[in-house]
Amino acid sequence: MEKSKGAVFTNGIIKENPVLVLVLGTCPTLATSGSVETGLGMGLAATAVLVCSNIVISLIRRFIPDKVRIPCFITVIAGFVTIVQMVLQAYVQPLYQALGLYLPLIVVNCIILGRAEMFASKNNPIDSALDGLGMGIGFTLTLVIMGTIREIIGTGSYLAGDWFGLAKGFKGIPLQGAFMPGMSIMTMVPGGFFAYAIVMAAVHYFTKDKKKIRKDFACAQCAAAGNCGSSEDAAAAEEKGKEGEK
Amino acid sequence: MSHIGAIFIIIIGMVLVNNYPLAQFLGICPFLGVSKDLDSAKGMGIAVTFVMVLATAVTWPIQRLVLDPIGVGYLQTVVFILIIAALVQFVEMFLKKSIPGLYKSLGIFLPLITTNCAVLGVCISVIDDELGYVDSLFTAFGAGLGFWFALWIMAGVRSKLSDQSRIPEPFRGVPIVLITAAILSLAFMGFGGMFQ
Repeated sequence: MEKSKGAVFTNGIIKENPVLVLVLGTCPTLATSGSVETGLGMGLAATAVLVCSNIVISLIRRFIPDKVRIPCFITVIAGFVTIVQMVLQAYVQPLYQALGLYLPLIVVNCIILGRAEMFASKNNPIDSALDGLGMGIGFTLTLVIMGTIREIIGTGSYLAGDWFGLAKGFKGIPLQGAFMPGMSIMTMVPGGFFAYAIVMAAVHYFTKDKKKIRKDFACAQCAAAGNCGSSEDAAAAEEKGKEGEK
Repeated sequence: MSHIGAIFIIIIGMVLVNNYPLAQFLGICPFLGVSKDLDSAKGMGIAVTFVMVLATAVTWPIQRLVLDPIGVGYLQTVVFILIIAALVQFVEMFLKKSIPGLYKSLGIFLPLITTNCAVLGVCISVIDDELGYVDSLFTAFGAGLGFWFALWIMAGVRSKLSDQSRIPEPFRGVPIVLITAAILSLAFMGFGGMFQ
């Protein structure tokens, strides 16, 4: 069943939103959604890696032996992550420092490996690029929504930050005024879990007629599913993969 | 004696103050996914702790003795993830050949660890913090224990949350697990400021 280009693109934004529906990439979602600026930065960095790696993996999908595909995918993704890391370090130093450890950790972001495994390795480069872009926008959008909730409740202002050097030291739009000071707990760790839970519950609430949107943690959507189900095959595959890398 | 004290502080710090899933957002996927019952939490906890210590033991010397001297520190991400993937595979093969009993209980968790950000996270953060070799190993050990501890508490709580619990309809499934994690991490915030 061929899907239209538009359907491939919007799939990742709404119907299979990677964070809210597929429950992938939870670590960067929680860690970088403390403010809109870091959330947007993380979303764009991950989108760039996702689109590039999807295109490359789709182009070389016929040359990768099935059994060594996971190590190959990881190598391609790690290469692009390193490029993004160097670009950010060179041009957007404050964002590079704000994202810190989570920037190299894009490598193990299950959204990227998951899309490589589930989509890019089976489809042509144009569809894969669209899928990557859609998934990336879905991821970025979720981060911005969560960042909005956490920043407004947590600090009492909105859109504070350096904005990639465009607006140095912008204090943000004051929203709550003096009658309600920021609840800093929302920018901290528990606030991340709360905001995520509430956004996801809202998605469940508004889509309750369409039962299919709700998913529990299942093996099928895990990035390592192909590796894990039959560990006999996976062991042989990885073993060959290492020989190939040498 | 003071050295033992320092190591003790590192381990307690990593387990309680800087707990990876609950205070630093590392390893959330397995923390939410594998915490359904106490048995799998135990298996995952042991496997992650073991791989973390092993990965740090290998990646630290490689960064300090190979990548830094020849000036290719920027290859850190690529090299570390390949080392972890290879290491996990090696451990799996070793367990399968020599200790089949342990392989039966831990084997299924090992492939999942390659994409666990806590493992790569601990390898990179001990380099970023410029810790010594011994300190790095104990940091990794403490981080693994902390992960196990958090997973274990979470599994205990979730095993009491049955389908019969009166959870509002939109919160069933993943959201209620996240709320549980939020309350747990609130408790762990109380440990912040224990040191320094």
